[in-house]
Amino acid sequence: MKSNKVVSKFFIYILLIAVTITMIFPFLWMLSSSIKFDRDIFIFPIQWIPDQPVWSNFIDIWTRIPLATFIYNTAKITLIVTLLQLTTSSFAAYAFSKLEFKGRNLLFVAYIATIAVPWQAYMVPQFIMMRSLGLNNTHLAIILLQAFSAFGVFMMRQFYQGIPDSLIEAARMDGMNDYQIYYRIMLPLSKPALSTLTIFTFVNTWNDFLGPLLYLTRDELKTIQIGLRMFITQYSAEYGLIMAASVVVLIPVLVVFLSLQRHFVQGVAAIGVKG
Amino acid sequence: METQMKRDSLKKRKLKERLTAYSFIAPNFIGFAIFTLGPIFFAIMLAFHQWDGSNDMTFIGLDNFREMFGDDRVKDALWNTIVYVLATVPLTLACALFLATLLNSKIKGRNIFRTIAFFPYVASLVAVAAVWNMIFHPVNGPINEILRMIGILDPPRWAADSEWAMFTLVLFSVWKQMGYYMVIFLAGLQGVSEELYEAANLDGAGRWGKFWHVTLPQLRPVTFFVLMILTINSFKVYDFVYMITQAGPGTSTLVLVYEIYNTAFLNWNLGYSSAISMLLLGLVLIVTLVQFLGEKKFTNQ
Repeated sequence: MKSNKVVSKFFIYILLIAVTITMIFPFLWMLSSSIKFDRDIFIFPIQWIPDQPVWSNFIDIWTRIPLATFIYNTAKITLIVTLLQLTTSSFAAYAFSKLEFKGRNLLFVAYIATIAVPWQAYMVPQFIMMRSLGLNNTHLAIILLQAFSAFGVFMMRQFYQGIPDSLIEAARMDGMNDYQIYYRIMLPLSKPALSTLTIFTFVNTWNDFLGPLLYLTRDELKTIQIGLRMFITQYSAEYGLIMAASVVVLIPVLVVFLSLQRHFVQGVAAIGVKG
Repeated sequence: METQMKRDSLKKRKLKERLTAYSFIAPNFIGFAIFTLGPIFFAIMLAFHQWDGSNDMTFIGLDNFREMFGDDRVKDALWNTIVYVLATVPLTLACALFLATLLNSKIKGRNIFRTIAFFPYVASLVAVAAVWNMIFHPVNGPINEILRMIGILDPPRWAADSEWAMFTLVLFSVWKQMGYYMVIFLAGLQGVSEELYEAANLDGAGRWGKFWHVTLPQLRPVTFFVLMILTINSFKVYDFVYMITQAGPGTSTLVLVYEIYNTAFLNWNLGYSSAISMLLLGLVLIVTLVQFLGEKKFTNQ
């Protein structure tokens, strides 16, 4: 019986290591290529650590493309969107979950239904609308189209449903109004949900490609994703530089994810994927 | 008199609560109504018009839809989208579920494994796609070097090969996304009570038996949730295609959203592009509805 268990543990580890290698191989290859000369990248068998690391790749990328501008633009957009998304959706979710009002269900159904509508199905009219508002080639356009997603409201509401109404009633008895209840009770309680929503929103906005591709055509406005793509198309053979730029682009997401992941699985669980 | 006053004050309280509620919803709803609901209705209307975005719109009834059914590119795009969905959804679902059950067992370094498995999902698509294109480079990419080493002298040309392009795309999608769905499954697994496993242990169930008779039935709601989100997302595929195959070679990986984008922003045929969008929307809604009803029926049994 015991040896059986050891064997099965051993098996699990073998499987896990195989999966991990598949998942991580491209990233290791990226890291290794980012400090190589272009001609050395495709040498086979793979030389993971080059004899002469080309650290200059990491210096050159900042001058070859306006990488700093791209990063600044993306960081600005991402921060504003994440902030707006978190505040407005947790705010709206409070009403949907804890307050009675006319048209509540109808409004909520409208929200849910649009989750099933692919953004691409209405991106064209949205673009025309933004253009007529004079928002073409502005960061505001990207912010406005990302910040009010139905998904955030849905997610926060699912989480609030798990907080007992009696808690709210008790707070009302103590003379708190709804804004105070939201701020002092709901927000502190919803840390797991908020960090999960932060990860999703941050990742989606940071990595968004089609939105910026449509709206931002001027170089100084571009975000990191289209900037990087532009670079790849222009200098398609400079593999080392491309890989170095890619490494730089990955770092912010990695940092945000690692610092919030403690709450992550718990957050997804609390949102009630049970449906 | 007194009851009248009471009723009035009750009314007042109700009104106040309603106003408070609207004030909570307003910041999100105003943005949502203008930038999501509005464009959706505009898109539906646009599908029955001809418009290039600058001249006047002309109402043409169902002409766009009629044109669509004779359009070979749209047919290809529709077919490829369906093939993509049918391949990606089950594969991703199976891999995610497998990974989640694996990473739910009590093992050392569990969190590191989880983070690594999730990382492709959060990693920048442009960066990751650049590496993939190099790794799967038909001439000197390491994958083909390895294949040649083990005796496959004529390995596939992956994204550059019309026979293999869709396969490459699907492979990339599964690799990129499965971590996300794994986390949802992991979250669902937290809700499965230990007692059920202990009971199964008493019945002498093995690992496989426990998975089949305890884990799967307990995970049914989560599985439906994942299935729904995954299907919707797969129908929307665009950027993976853009990065890996650019819809080619030929039209072998042309998908609906790609065609919507081209029709709108290259040809400025906005009405026609909206009509294709309605085809996509209709497909997604039908599939979602079928899945939703399927779940209801399944749970009632």
